[in-house]
Amino acid sequence: MSDSSDTEKAVAAHAGSGKDDSMEKQKAMTADHFRALTRAREEGKKVVYTFVPGNLTELMHAFDVLPVYPEINALQSAMRQRSAQFIGEAERSGHSEDVCTYVKCDLGMIKNGNIGPTGEKLPPPDLLLLSYTGCFTFMKWFELLRQEYDCPVVMLHTPYQSEGRVTDNMRQYMVDQLRNEVIPAFERLTGKTYDEDRLRECLRKSARAEDDMVAVLESAKHRPSPIDAYFGGVYYIGPMFTAFRGTDAAVDYYSTLRREIDARVAQGLGPITPEGEMGPERYRLVVEGPPNWTSFREFWRMFAEEGAVVVASSYTKVGGVYDLGFRHDPEHPLETLADYCLGCYTNRSLPQRIDLLEQYMNDYSADGLLINSVKSCNSFSAGQLLILRQIEARTGLAGGFIETDLVDPRYFSAANVKNRIESYLQMIDQKRQQRRQSLGGSGGSPPPPGSTPLFSPGAEGQP
Amino acid sequence: MSTSESEVKVIVERCEALYHDVDLQAVVDWKARTGRAAIGFLPIYVPREIIDAAGMLPVGMRGGGDQIEIIRGDAYFQSYICQIPRSTIELGLTGRLDALDGVLFPSICDVIRNLSGMWQLLFPEKYARYLDVPQNFDSAVGGVFYRRELEGLRDDLEKLGGRPIDADALRASIVRYNANRQALERLMTLRREAPWTAPADESYLVIRAGDLLPVDEHTQLIDDYVAAAQRAHAEGARPMRDRTPVVISGAFCEQPPLPLIRTLERAGCYVVWDDMTLGARWLTADVSTEGDPLLALSEAFLHHSTPTASVYEPGAHKGQPLCDQVRRCGAEGVIFAAPSFCDPALLDQPMLQRALDRAGIPWTAFKYAENLGQFQVIREQAGTFADSIRLWSEQGTEQASEQRSERRHEQGKALESSRGNGERPGATSEQGSDHA
Repeated sequence: MSDSSDTEKAVAAHAGSGKDDSMEKQKAMTADHFRALTRAREEGKKVVYTFVPGNLTELMHAFDVLPVYPEINALQSAMRQRSAQFIGEAERSGHSEDVCTYVKCDLGMIKNGNIGPTGEKLPPPDLLLLSYTGCFTFMKWFELLRQEYDCPVVMLHTPYQSEGRVTDNMRQYMVDQLRNEVIPAFERLTGKTYDEDRLRECLRKSARAEDDMVAVLESAKHRPSPIDAYFGGVYYIGPMFTAFRGTDAAVDYYSTLRREIDARVAQGLGPITPEGEMGPERYRLVVEGPPNWTSFREFWRMFAEEGAVVVASSYTKVGGVYDLGFRHDPEHPLETLADYCLGCYTNRSLPQRIDLLEQYMNDYSADGLLINSVKSCNSFSAGQLLILRQIEARTGLAGGFIETDLVDPRYFSAANVKNRIESYLQMIDQKRQQRRQSLGGSGGSPPPPGSTPLFSPGAEGQP
Repeated sequence: MSTSESEVKVIVERCEALYHDVDLQAVVDWKARTGRAAIGFLPIYVPREIIDAAGMLPVGMRGGGDQIEIIRGDAYFQSYICQIPRSTIELGLTGRLDALDGVLFPSICDVIRNLSGMWQLLFPEKYARYLDVPQNFDSAVGGVFYRRELEGLRDDLEKLGGRPIDADALRASIVRYNANRQALERLMTLRREAPWTAPADESYLVIRAGDLLPVDEHTQLIDDYVAAAQRAHAEGARPMRDRTPVVISGAFCEQPPLPLIRTLERAGCYVVWDDMTLGARWLTADVSTEGDPLLALSEAFLHHSTPTASVYEPGAHKGQPLCDQVRRCGAEGVIFAAPSFCDPALLDQPMLQRALDRAGIPWTAFKYAENLGQFQVIREQAGTFADSIRLWSEQGTEQASEQRSERRHEQGKALESSRGNGERPGATSEQGSDHA
């Protein structure tokens, strides 16, 4: 928890430099990581490629190996406007236009020298850790990468929570795989013996950082929300979902971030956007689905200019649904890794996902659910139209639907997306109007659960 | 028309009527006759033995094909999602699947996985279960997990059927399905060795009839078809033509429409192996009837499954099983026919194509949807592909063509001879090698 002097310092830092300490820290952490990757060979460090959902970062730290996340490579290529070229090259070499563009972008990047975001070549993997959580395509992705690299692959299959719960059989299967397949693969790779105490220490640090990250995400329950939990959220989840969980750097980052956000709450500030402080909060949205990365800033601006802030999102749960209470548990190291993998958002059944989104609508006093349906990701997208119907029926609030892609700019039509967002926000306005009329002005019964309290003092910018 | 040809026609017409039975009238009739329940399952593979042992009818669900208009199903899926989930939803919402007391959704891809959750929400009164299969093939790890999953399925069906499913009942079902797989292997052997005797469309219909028929009835139907087709050939019908033997790959889930299958052979191909209706032929060896039957089913899945895109390939031999299949069945090329937006098939394709290139096996590729209605482009593509192999490739020299004809002639004679000796054509060393 932050004390008042910390809060003051955080506010001062923000006012003075325009960049929060946390941002600087994250930037430094990322730069250090990529520097370590480029030096991996000379320093004798092993490099493991793996995926974000259901990653085993603590175990990797326990074996002192360096992770690389191909999805992150792909999204960073998109943000650097390189993805169109990479995808084009993959398609020309025989990959279908129908399939996941993350995969094609990564393959195209490899063909172009595997240059990372710092402009330096990423080292090839010494091991492909195929943690298969919540997305079938991961399996194919590493079968494809296996053809590019001469290295072993170890599979960690995470069963799907189809019945809406983790069974003992699922957990035991995961633990058996960790014990019999994954850990021996790491031991062979590094020549080191599995050190459970070291793993426990990493898990302990993970739990501390997870507490702070949840507090940051839940700060969006305030009005105005001090954060954007989708566009801003992807930055906040970065260290947790990638190479830094279980490290001192992550603990420090999240405690700093939390202090900064607490300070914003104390000041009654809204989110920061790439264009600076966001104006008055007019709409509070829950967003389902990943963002578009090729036009990320433009996409964000479309919301921010309208005063629409995302107060909760499912995308920020792909690497763990911590706000439902899960924390890595050092007392049960392998079981907790299993539970973590099993609990990631896209490994949850459709009814579970709907329940979670409904809970967000209520807990975050949202005005509606907006789905950004991405062409590339069937794991997210198949069933989203039913999700929309169910949420509308359960909450009585407006649902909106836009279609883009992760990293393929051919599927981001800015004018079309902007039109849809504007139309959707108008729908929210109409719903508000109708509700106001049905309440007969300021009197009447209280609004239904999940609806925006129209006349609350914090509802700035309400029409 | 010879008597045997007429017999074939009657069998195939019956199968075609079942193919068109999207209202599941055959299942309705079966339920009325037996008073028992029916459990549907999506492609590709489920252990039907457990359903059968529960006294229930396993019913293969393969979408609506080209036979229904999709109206409500389209409202549930974006344009970039394949056809089979939307036609399956359409069938459900229009009451055509009412005869099913439950549905199993095996692990194929993210779309079918999510469809299981949609089913739970849209049809809450019906039993629905996602069947996760292991991607770890160690008996002590994936095997233990899968056996427990099968135990869960058995327990569910016991509750649903209101009667216990004991080990003897499971073993008896395993015996029935082993017999069915053996009959299917006899049919596949005939296609491999004398494809003019069992054309792809007929074989497809005969295999698909197993989606709606009780297993013993289906086994008998396969044997009747094989015997009648062989007699018809011996009587002079079904002459051998100079076509190119090919393998079809990628059609394991959403099925190509029947006219597309006919188009391929009319274009100059003999389809000597395919992965359509793969679930029925998934296991390449008999399931053991000794000991724990659930363990036997689990072991069969782990160690005797046909490699396909929805299952992880743990070795570095991606594509080798397809090359082996091509050689085993004497095919001279591969046609990749995958449904549009099919992640597993389309992500697999470049790896398989690479393996074929290395092995010098020609291939061509196109996409389809189950409700495709125009085949001219595919006919031209398949025809050009078949011609290019027959006429212009290294294998297509005059000498090779003669050798090909000779080989087929010998194969045909061998089949006739084995029939004369009272042997089943499937009882060949080739089947044995599959089992190995």
